[in-house]
Amino acid sequence: MSGSMLPRRYRVTENRRDTADTRTLCLAPLDEPIPHFRSGQFTMVYVFGVGEIPLSISGCPRVADHTLVHTVRAVGAVSAALCSAEPGTVVGVRGPFGTDWAVERAAGRDLLFVAGGIGLAPLRPPLLEVLSTRRDYGFVSVIAGARTPSEHLYRDEDEGWTARGARVLRTVDRAPADPGTRRPEPWTDSIGLVTDLLPRVPLRPERTTAYLCGPEVMMTHTGTALTKLGMHPADIVVSLERNMRCGIGVCGHCQLGPDFVCLNGAVTTLDHAEPLLAVGEL
Amino acid sequence: MGTVTAAPARPSPPRRAMIAVEALDDLLNALRTAGYEPVGPTVGSGAIVLDELASAADLPHGRGSATGPGHYRLTERADGAVFGHSAGPQSWKQYLHPARRALFSADRDPATGEVALQTEPEAPVRYAFIGVRPCDLAAIKVLNRALRRPRDGDSGPFIVAVECTEPGAVCFCASTGTGPGCADRDGEFDLALVETDHRFLVTVGSPRGDAILDAVPHGTVPEGMLEATRAAVTAAESRMGRSLPATDLRVLLARSAEAGHWDDVAARCLACGNCTMVCPTCFCTSVEDTTDLTGDHAERWESWDSCFDIDFAYLHGGSVRTSTKSRYRQWLTHKFGTWHDQFGTSGCVGCGRCIAWCPVGIDVTEELTALDEEAAALSAPRTEEAR
Repeated sequence: MSGSMLPRRYRVTENRRDTADTRTLCLAPLDEPIPHFRSGQFTMVYVFGVGEIPLSISGCPRVADHTLVHTVRAVGAVSAALCSAEPGTVVGVRGPFGTDWAVERAAGRDLLFVAGGIGLAPLRPPLLEVLSTRRDYGFVSVIAGARTPSEHLYRDEDEGWTARGARVLRTVDRAPADPGTRRPEPWTDSIGLVTDLLPRVPLRPERTTAYLCGPEVMMTHTGTALTKLGMHPADIVVSLERNMRCGIGVCGHCQLGPDFVCLNGAVTTLDHAEPLLAVGEL
Repeated sequence: MGTVTAAPARPSPPRRAMIAVEALDDLLNALRTAGYEPVGPTVGSGAIVLDELASAADLPHGRGSATGPGHYRLTERADGAVFGHSAGPQSWKQYLHPARRALFSADRDPATGEVALQTEPEAPVRYAFIGVRPCDLAAIKVLNRALRRPRDGDSGPFIVAVECTEPGAVCFCASTGTGPGCADRDGEFDLALVETDHRFLVTVGSPRGDAILDAVPHGTVPEGMLEATRAAVTAAESRMGRSLPATDLRVLLARSAEAGHWDDVAARCLACGNCTMVCPTCFCTSVEDTTDLTGDHAERWESWDSCFDIDFAYLHGGSVRTSTKSRYRQWLTHKFGTWHDQFGTSGCVGCGRCIAWCPVGIDVTEELTALDEEAAALSAPRTEEAR
């Protein structure tokens, strides 16, 4: 037991700013690295003396040099400590845990990635994986939503994703005035919900697998919209979020009905998740 | 063809013997000689508690217990029975899954920032559990499965079970199929006793149980003792203080997520978590990170947690289960329903502790019955209305 609860040491090699509260960290192993991850899996990252949190991996699984890439939003003590971790800082890592997006199972099909806010981070690994074997898939579309323009992740990667054959659409809830200049943040893409952009991607319902990651309400709303467009809920894959502490299904915190989200999730299909999410406070 | 496969040997009747109450000391000594640390029921803090047994005199001779919803008192017994009590506030969980344990410690070199992580080497104590009730015997199995532990076989605690002839008022192990007897549960115990008139019928359940019995003065089973003790255990089945509704609880709970009765329970439940602390199978834990005053020595501790705690299902932005109703529903539904999905059995063994130690006397058997009645009322044909 203590073996699986003892983190392996990693060193922060890079800390890049993504948005005002979000950073992308690159970690390199100091000890024997954790086993290789599959896209959609998560790790538990320990900050010395502060605590441990689940973080989805945002790097490409095809990069097999044992480094880990995590995109972290500062929302609590541990995530804030990680966001301010200087290169050289030693952290602990356990994992990888949970299920994965399994994009290889959708070979030959059209893929639709729909992300809300930081939900784009867990979708980056499968997207990069797909783009590295682009010919195995039909249409590949990405719809990313964020509250404001400056909260969009990885905008500098849009060009590369597009060049490699993905259709990338971005939207914001609003483009507020910059408090300094009092001018609206520059934004030439759409304003509105991610579902508003569905008509703008090529959608062949029976040939499409959709991958949704973001706030629960965004995923259920998008799932409903896709189902109305003719998609089967078993072809709609979502990533759930619950309080995950051990990663190995023994601490009990992440239960959602019969599921331990850390074991039976976080990635699961909408036909499985929908009845569970439909019950309030489950 | 041509290969003769021997039919599996028909299990012969288990070895049985009789020991006198005076031989309990010999039993403890034999266990100690074999390298076990005997722990078992003893009187402390006005209750039957589990502790190390220096001698058989530490056992609760002549003490019983009176239980009820929100009620537990020690009583005197005229018959001097050693195991004449029902479940106390503790269970074997405190040894198998301690309330608090260190996971690791970390030291940071203040000059270089380098960090070293280390686990404390665990010095495993080989316990002998004395007086394990059949309900608690089942709980050990359920708990180990929930903690995803491999079967520990001979490396696990030595188990001296005591079959139950005197169930308490909050007991319902006959409903959960986990008692009052256990002599037929091969591989779960090393020795199983039934107490009658200052003597014990002993059933051997394992090779190491066999070896221990050899080291204890014992006699052959007197004529009629086997039948009399079996009859006493069977009779206990019909004297259970409580029972579960005769329905498939897994199905009932799966369709009761939106039942109105949860509001009724929530109006009484204090969300104190006592039920989860005394439950012999509740396994949830939390972790706590600490540093010393230098800030360069950190520790990580695991401790029991309760799904009744508002932070139990916390996500940034708030708790998933803010209402008491949703937390009680989680506990009861997990224990009697989704536990089956996760581990293939119920999480309840019918010991009744959650009823006795609920400060407001909430009774799971009554709540499940109420849910069953609500479900039945909803699905019953509304002939009156139809007219």
